[in-house]
Amino acid sequence: MQLTNRAKQVDRKPMTWLESIYLWNILKGMGITFSHLFKKRPTISYPEQKRSFSKVFRGLHVLNRDEEGRERCTACGLCAVACPAEAITMEAAERLPSEENLYREEKYAAKYEINMLRCIFCGLCEEACPKDAIYLSQTFAPSNYSRKGFIYKKEDLLIPNPVTEPEAYQKALGDKAGKN
Amino acid sequence: MFLLSLDIWLIVEKAALILVIIGLSFFIAMYTTYAERKVAAWLQDRRGPNRAGPWGIFQPLADGGKLFFKEEIIPLASSKFLFILGPAMAMTTALLTSAVIPWGGTLHIFGRDVSMQIADINIGILYIFGVVSLGVYGIMIGGWASNNKFSLLAAIRGASQMISYELAMGLSLIAVLMLTGTLQMSGIVGNQMTGDNLWHVILQPLGFVIFFVCALAECNRTPFDLPEAENELNFGYHQEYSSMKLGFYLFAEYINMFISSAVMATVFFGGYDILPFVDESKWGLSPNLLTILGFAALMAKIFFFLFVFIWIRWTIPRFRYDQLMKLGWKKLIPLALLNMIITAAVVLWLKK
Repeated sequence: MQLTNRAKQVDRKPMTWLESIYLWNILKGMGITFSHLFKKRPTISYPEQKRSFSKVFRGLHVLNRDEEGRERCTACGLCAVACPAEAITMEAAERLPSEENLYREEKYAAKYEINMLRCIFCGLCEEACPKDAIYLSQTFAPSNYSRKGFIYKKEDLLIPNPVTEPEAYQKALGDKAGKN
Repeated sequence: MFLLSLDIWLIVEKAALILVIIGLSFFIAMYTTYAERKVAAWLQDRRGPNRAGPWGIFQPLADGGKLFFKEEIIPLASSKFLFILGPAMAMTTALLTSAVIPWGGTLHIFGRDVSMQIADINIGILYIFGVVSLGVYGIMIGGWASNNKFSLLAAIRGASQMISYELAMGLSLIAVLMLTGTLQMSGIVGNQMTGDNLWHVILQPLGFVIFFVCALAECNRTPFDLPEAENELNFGYHQEYSSMKLGFYLFAEYINMFISSAVMATVFFGGYDILPFVDESKWGLSPNLLTILGFAALMAKIFFFLFVFIWIRWTIPRFRYDQLMKLGWKKLIPLALLNMIITAAVVLWLKK
């Protein structure tokens, strides 16, 4: 039974004498490879040139700060609940009166950890966050020698302070600049 | 200045020439590895090595350095003397052939005529054949001494392949020798030098094609790389080798490529003759300049052949063993014989 008309009868005729010295076919093949000398190479010289990610790329997490450099996270735990891979853990603490320039609200995350080996970069934490405190950036987690190295602490995740280091802040913000 | 009635400057001159040519062979072999990788990349729409230095031109140095510092392993079950002799043989025979190739005309330096050929012996082409045949010992000894089934298989393949293809190679050359009437390499080049003497490739196109195919087989290049056959024999006769002994084998292969390109350029493409159909001596250039231009022309021809070698390697797959033997014995040898007989008939007819 013939399902498609793409099937071709294989030609099993014995080679003619001219074919059996292979010369003509080899020359044809060499013509094909030679034409590839002039083709555009799709390779990108990686560390110098980088292929840009798509707008919706979900990479490494960033813990955001507000314009005055205060941490936005209130340790409500919604991201940890939303996380399907259970990669996020946190411990809350109460803000002291002297810490008002550090934390935006009365409660903050004293400990905040994301296990990058568990994380599936689905972005549900970003969607769950009521304070715009966490978002997924345009980079991905670099390689590491130990599993411990993949557990990112709060200081690894926090964005640079926009007041004290504005350039680093803008760089970390990347494509998200002007979004929030 | 004479010593034992020998011209001592002759010795100095020849020693210098030997050093230069061996150095040149090494240098070109080194950069052929680079060219191989680069051309392979281009033919496959890649970029090739481009990290070590600008455009990756220090890549061969890095490769060589790596091979030097690798651990030197001699298998316990191997025959140690022969195991070391193998790569030495391969390298020596690869380098020996360059002695009789005329690299250029004569240079006039310090009031002396310096010939750019180490030894202008009157059996030049026979000498090349003899030494090239010795090359198979490098493979045989190395493969046997490794005491490894794959190596031995590869060595046997290599030996039988070389012997089979040498026949067709010799027969295709006989037709050329009928035209020149001399075995001397400088005589063969001289026969193609002047305007009314054509390059042998024009008179012997079939002979050239046969010679070229056989040269591929002699150098163990794809499509005739059965002795190496990475995927069947995992590297064949140099499987047990490491460090610089492996380097010698790989290097000898590239030097062989260089030398056989030089032989092809000399025998079929006019050697250091700059252009066909033209008598260069009528250009009115100084003889030294003409010699240097001739050397450059020979190098250009050699580089072209090296490119074709690489180009072929990255175009076609390896022959199956029976295909190899059929091509050698049933196709190339009859063709070479036919070519020889026709040439002989034409030569006799023209002399009538």
